[in-house]
Amino acid sequence: MREPYPASQQDPGFSIEALESLLLALLAITAAALLFGAFLALQGHDALAVYRTLYLGAFGTRFSLESTLTQAAPLLLTALCTLIPARIGLLVIGAEGAVVMGGLGAALAGVALSDAPGAIGTVLTIATGALAGGLWIGAAGALKHFRGVNETISTLLLNYIAIALLNHLVSGPIRDFSQTLKAQSWSIPKSFMIGNIPGYSVHWGLLIGLVVCAVLHLVLRHTTLGFAMDILGGNRRAAQMTGLPIGRLVLFACFLGGAAAGLAGAIEVVAVHGAASESLVVGLGYAGILVAFLARQNPLAVVVVALVLGGISASGGLLQRRFDIPHAATTVLQGLIFLSVLASGTFRGRLLPRRNAP
Amino acid sequence: MTKLISRRHALAAGTNTVVAGTILSGLPLRALAQTPKPITVGFIYAATRNDFGWNQAHAVAAKRIAQLPGVKLIEQERVPETVEVERVMESMIQLDGAKVVFPTSFGFWPFIQKIAPKYPEVLFVHAGGLWKDTDPKNTIGYRGYMEEPHYLCGIAAGMMSKTGKLGFIGSKPLYFIFNNCNGFVLGARSVRPDATCQVVITGDWDNPVKEAETVNSLVDQGVDVIVANVDSPKVAVETAERRGIMSCGYHTDLSTLAPKGFLTGAEWNWAKAGDFVQAWQTGASYPNLFRGGFKQNMVAISPFGKNVPKNVQDSVLQARQGFVDDTLKLYKGPLKDNKGNQVLSAGQEISNTDNPFKLSVKWLVEGAIGSTGLQ
Amino acid sequence: MTGTFDLGWWGVLLAVVAGAIRVSTPYLLVSLGETLTEKSGRVNLGLEGTLVFGAMSAFATCYLTGSPWLGMLAAGVAGSALGLLHAAICNLPRVNDVAVGIALFIFGIGLAFFLGKPFIEPRAPMLPGLPLGNWSSNPAVRSAFEVSPMFFFGIVLAIVLEWSLKHTRWGLILRIAGESADAARAIGLRINRIRTLATMAGGFLSGLGGGFLSLYYPGNWNEGLSSGQGLMAIALVIFARWSPMRCFYASLLFGGTAAIGPAVQTIGITEGYYLFYAAPYVLTLGLLIYSSSPTRTLAGAPAELSISR
Repeated sequence: MREPYPASQQDPGFSIEALESLLLALLAITAAALLFGAFLALQGHDALAVYRTLYLGAFGTRFSLESTLTQAAPLLLTALCTLIPARIGLLVIGAEGAVVMGGLGAALAGVALSDAPGAIGTVLTIATGALAGGLWIGAAGALKHFRGVNETISTLLLNYIAIALLNHLVSGPIRDFSQTLKAQSWSIPKSFMIGNIPGYSVHWGLLIGLVVCAVLHLVLRHTTLGFAMDILGGNRRAAQMTGLPIGRLVLFACFLGGAAAGLAGAIEVVAVHGAASESLVVGLGYAGILVAFLARQNPLAVVVVALVLGGISASGGLLQRRFDIPHAATTVLQGLIFLSVLASGTFRGRLLPRRNAP
Repeated sequence: MTKLISRRHALAAGTNTVVAGTILSGLPLRALAQTPKPITVGFIYAATRNDFGWNQAHAVAAKRIAQLPGVKLIEQERVPETVEVERVMESMIQLDGAKVVFPTSFGFWPFIQKIAPKYPEVLFVHAGGLWKDTDPKNTIGYRGYMEEPHYLCGIAAGMMSKTGKLGFIGSKPLYFIFNNCNGFVLGARSVRPDATCQVVITGDWDNPVKEAETVNSLVDQGVDVIVANVDSPKVAVETAERRGIMSCGYHTDLSTLAPKGFLTGAEWNWAKAGDFVQAWQTGASYPNLFRGGFKQNMVAISPFGKNVPKNVQDSVLQARQGFVDDTLKLYKGPLKDNKGNQVLSAGQEISNTDNPFKLSVKWLVEGAIGSTGLQ
Repeated sequence: MTGTFDLGWWGVLLAVVAGAIRVSTPYLLVSLGETLTEKSGRVNLGLEGTLVFGAMSAFATCYLTGSPWLGMLAAGVAGSALGLLHAAICNLPRVNDVAVGIALFIFGIGLAFFLGKPFIEPRAPMLPGLPLGNWSSNPAVRSAFEVSPMFFFGIVLAIVLEWSLKHTRWGLILRIAGESADAARAIGLRINRIRTLATMAGGFLSGLGGGFLSLYYPGNWNEGLSSGQGLMAIALVIFARWSPMRCFYASLLFGGTAAIGPAVQTIGITEGYYLFYAAPYVLTLGLLIYSSSPTRTLAGAPAELSISR
């Protein structure tokens, strides 16, 4: 449910709403941290030591920071698969499937275009992956608009279908049988692969994700398109009455969201694996949904949230090794933060004085 | 830090044939006289380590390795087969000072190949036999030939089955799964030439509902002995027990799960890697590729179930001795695959340690009903 | 080799029927629970977390006490506790129930895995089944018709709910809370209380669904137990258009088609098994497309549901 006039359109620039959101988020995270600490203390762990280690593992050393960035990079893009349709009031949870289709598309394109020169090949490969992801979720959007099929279920089902398709293809029809390690597709040419940002051990996917989020933010806030999407998301009837092309907006939003997640899948292929395989199915999509909701469907906040969640994931390993705390502890913490942030949303508009209270 | 290590890897030149013999027994006395330096050993698991299956087998070994003098053990679970495992390995090395790392999932190999050159003072031990001469010298690929204990399970199954129909549940269409299946069928048919084996691939390393459904379907088709090559065979064995059929185990000792129907099981002896840790500690030499069956003590069989009669046990143990003595060859001619092609002609024998042959197995033996999908 | 066991294609049919009974039960319980919740005007996407947490609670309790029924009770209680948490947070003004559901999804699973680690290895006594197939001498048929009482509980519940929602006072109250909060308030109903109770009931049933998984079929507790079954069950609610009886049919359909993949391999169809495994999802999507139309997008959807606005 969204306010009819989103804050972004009310007060350009640094607003009371933004400050309040930040304060509330900090309060919520603190509350979650306290709860988590209590939970750990009940289990017999030294909560303070755990927090120090959490910080160390997430941001404490250059290595940790790079690990956090590595974890966060794909989330920047998969979150958009939920975020963009959410701006127009759709609930899409199909990022996982879009990532898979993006990876498949990229792998197949890379193989098909293997005679192309390096840079062009990379661009086309990535673009094909984005296109594949976009068409996949775009199909769900079409089903919604032309057939009235609920997009939440259709994208959920499409997740499973995409994964089954991936497994089927890489186990047989497009399988590289010389690879005895796992069932994977033919590999894309090495010249198409992208490496790390010079000086850092994080691949270029991070930068791509940051740029996409920044551009999206500009589009959503400063273009007519963004405004139209806000209207549609706020009040469908008002949108109809003002004559907005609803169908096109629905298709476009779903396509764009799917393309972002597809891009993440393509980057996994082009920067990490070099081929499509089951390693594309590691929960990047589902984590993206979490990021989108925590960021309240705001692309700039996505960057911050992805870093926080990436940090928690990155330090999870250290927690396991140093304190014998199960991997699930990071999930519990993420869940607590999420619940806390959501509960704190009830104080929105009541914490700081407003000029024009809704 | 200078380390005088003779990195002589005892490989037969140019081929990936197995190094027989243990390292520990080959260490000169003066090496043993040194007190081993403290060394941190890190184990990385793809899933949870008490899964009664693949990961547990490694965790059991990890515990045994932790008993070695000077060894400090750190473990991390639930690491997926993506760039994340690189970060985890590096984290163990940089933040915890690990000098030996065991990334225990089969799919971690490409990431090991990438990271190992950056850390020449760290030894990377991978549970898979894919090492080649072009790979970093501070890596080891080690893996037991599971087809041998599967052969023994097959003997027990063939002798105990009433219907002569066996079932093999595999997780993914990969070469070692098919070798295990072949071992199982060959063992069964060595005591019962008309035995058949239904082969079903679930497609997932770990999917309890599918595994239970598969066991039920197999039993409905008349199968009365199953073996499950999945990450955690617990569900399959328990479901088999509930349906009243017999089962064989895999990875670790599952005999307690099926008091009535358990025959025996194929187990790993990953703790052999303790030898590599000690070699690294003391600067002795080690092999880069270590594959072996019973002869090299890399595999074992589970204790027999209560209802396994003595004559069956004797047959199994006799065959086991055959592997230990290397008098029993698993793949020997005449051998046909299940599509009618002649794979081995009469008199042809494949050495039990012929790694390239096993890597190239893309077929199922006669008697197995199913296909590999490999070409 | 005895010939009576060679079922061939009949084996596949039997597996589909047995699957429809066994595999469908958790979907049935969760979807009935979510139907209640959604009828009252809330969406609880956290039922996957509730399912897993219920499974863990059931297994742990059963292992520690030796009684599977106590385990099921514990699962239900745990489930309703998570439901209460969902309701409590959603009752606060300006909180989005979809997001809270996702948060609980994550929290529930995390908590279940965290607390459930010590219970992965041990074995616990299982829920007994009712041997309804004893009329047959064929062990395959007998096993297929060994039905859990939970399945009958589910059927009865579906019938009772379908009838009650239309014909009883509390059914009407529930529906008003879901159709129009204003109308409900106008007649003096306490919306938040109704929704809280409905969500707790939904959580209770989901917990039971989880208990079924860990104490009956497949009868095990580990971290791979549910592959999104709770989430899928919520999708089935929409697919069934919020009708308890249709939830029952949808669950049967889903459970039956899920059994096709393993079953056809046992009769020798060995190619394309991944595609067979996708059958339930493809079928559901197909039926969904077929039965939807742009003019009645979410006919039968409670108007207060945030996802139907």
